[in-house]
Amino acid sequence: METKIRIEDLRLSFGKADVLKGVNIDVYKNKITGFMGPAGSGKSTLISIINRMIDFEEGSRITGKVFIDDENILGDEIDEVHLRRRVGTVFAVPIPLPRSIYDNVAYGPKLRNRNQRRELRPFVVESLKKAFLWDEVKDRLNSSALKLSGGQQQRLCLARTLALEPEIILLDEPCSGLDPISTAKIEEALDKLKKDYTIILVSNNTKQIARITDYAAFFYMGALIEYGTTEKLFTNPSEKKTEDYIQGKFG
Amino acid sequence: MRINPRLIDRLVRIGLNSQAFFTVAILVAIVAIICVKGAPHLNLEFIFSSPQDMGRHGGIFATIVGTVFLVILSLLLATPLGVGTAIFLTEYTKESWFTKTIRFGVESLAGIPSILYGLFGFIFFVIKLGMGWSLMAGVFTVTIMILPTIIRTSEEAIKAVPRNLRIVSYSLSATKWETVTKVVLPSAGPGILTGIMLSVGRAVGETAAVIFTMGSSLRLPTSLMDSGRTMAVHFYILAREGISMEKAYATALVLVLSILCINIIAYSIMNRVTSKYS
Repeated sequence: METKIRIEDLRLSFGKADVLKGVNIDVYKNKITGFMGPAGSGKSTLISIINRMIDFEEGSRITGKVFIDDENILGDEIDEVHLRRRVGTVFAVPIPLPRSIYDNVAYGPKLRNRNQRRELRPFVVESLKKAFLWDEVKDRLNSSALKLSGGQQQRLCLARTLALEPEIILLDEPCSGLDPISTAKIEEALDKLKKDYTIILVSNNTKQIARITDYAAFFYMGALIEYGTTEKLFTNPSEKKTEDYIQGKFG
Repeated sequence: MRINPRLIDRLVRIGLNSQAFFTVAILVAIVAIICVKGAPHLNLEFIFSSPQDMGRHGGIFATIVGTVFLVILSLLLATPLGVGTAIFLTEYTKESWFTKTIRFGVESLAGIPSILYGLFGFIFFVIKLGMGWSLMAGVFTVTIMILPTIIRTSEEAIKAVPRNLRIVSYSLSATKWETVTKVVLPSAGPGILTGIMLSVGRAVGETAAVIFTMGSSLRLPTSLMDSGRTMAVHFYILAREGISMEKAYATALVLVLSILCINIIAYSIMNRVTSKYS
């Protein structure tokens, strides 16, 4: 099993508040890894470090190392614009850009292809297909993305991220506002995608973690409590806290 | 006594309706007076011939040219400068005493009477820099005068663009400048345009600052160093000196109609552009 992301002693604080208290974890390539934990456990903050979106939060102090393919992405020489092409993000709330469906998906590739005029259309189509949205929008690619339903918008956001051709996809509670059918479509898409990508899924929904992840990590108060195969965590957890959380005793 | 809340609701509605009606009525009355008094004297010859005998006879062609050049050149200077400043204040700096000072300065400038801009322009551009009464001195003065409006409205428009859109753009590997040009400015476009249109109105209607800097020559301006007269100045002089009230109202009518046209054209262009982004 190949390690894609290695996190070593990662600490993050906002002023006096310690949000992450020394996290060590290896995320494996071509697997879906679930990060779960109650609100304030630091799981969303953790993934926002992996793509350096944390840079836009003022006042954070980070120590430790995050390696992607043996390269420390917290180093000074990292080009974070390039990094965000390798590490795509889908946010909890779908936020389409105010433009057409096509232009939403083409946004990232167009930025990258500033000079070479590559034919983008097949690429946009492919991304929409991978996100299981193509059949629903193929007749109206030029209509506004804001007219799509919430579930469709979230799949559009997934397609938009896939169009970056990332190696890693981070999903921050992508189904929290979606109905069960939309959720099922996203999960189906993720299951197909994992053979080409390394996926981290942050979710409050333990059932979803159990359904679709290969590995699962349980965070509590900024610390990693337990990490292992999803099967192990859900059938025979080593930690009492993990068991309590999974059984819904707190969280 | 208990007052029926529905009655209050109805009274408020009647009150607000009549206020809106009153406002519109004043506007309609002004335009109507200008139309009634100006329309009989307005014809193509009036627009395309030059004024004679101080404007008592002939048309207003030279003043139309003066107005057009003054407004367009001022906007060409003030728009990039103003929008650029607004982008700097909102996107490229953090809130600090520095931005607060700039903003306070801009707000103060917006409230200064235009005659002061005229005096400054007269002393600085006309005399100190030796431009004389000229289109150039007028353009610089009007640029300074409308800059605060453009900065403030652009800043508000840019601030109103949701932060989430910027975050999404960054997450899709955009740089700051790409985010500004592809996401922020298109969304802020209508608001920025409103500021520009307000500025057009101010520049077109300005008299005091223009008389002091551009002068009031009735000859057709052919270079930046020529003095010239705008329609608003022409109207002011015709009416104040009692030269010709008919010509004054006809000039005012052209002024009002051209502002109307500019607004219609600007907003229809904007609609076409923004429909791409909605």
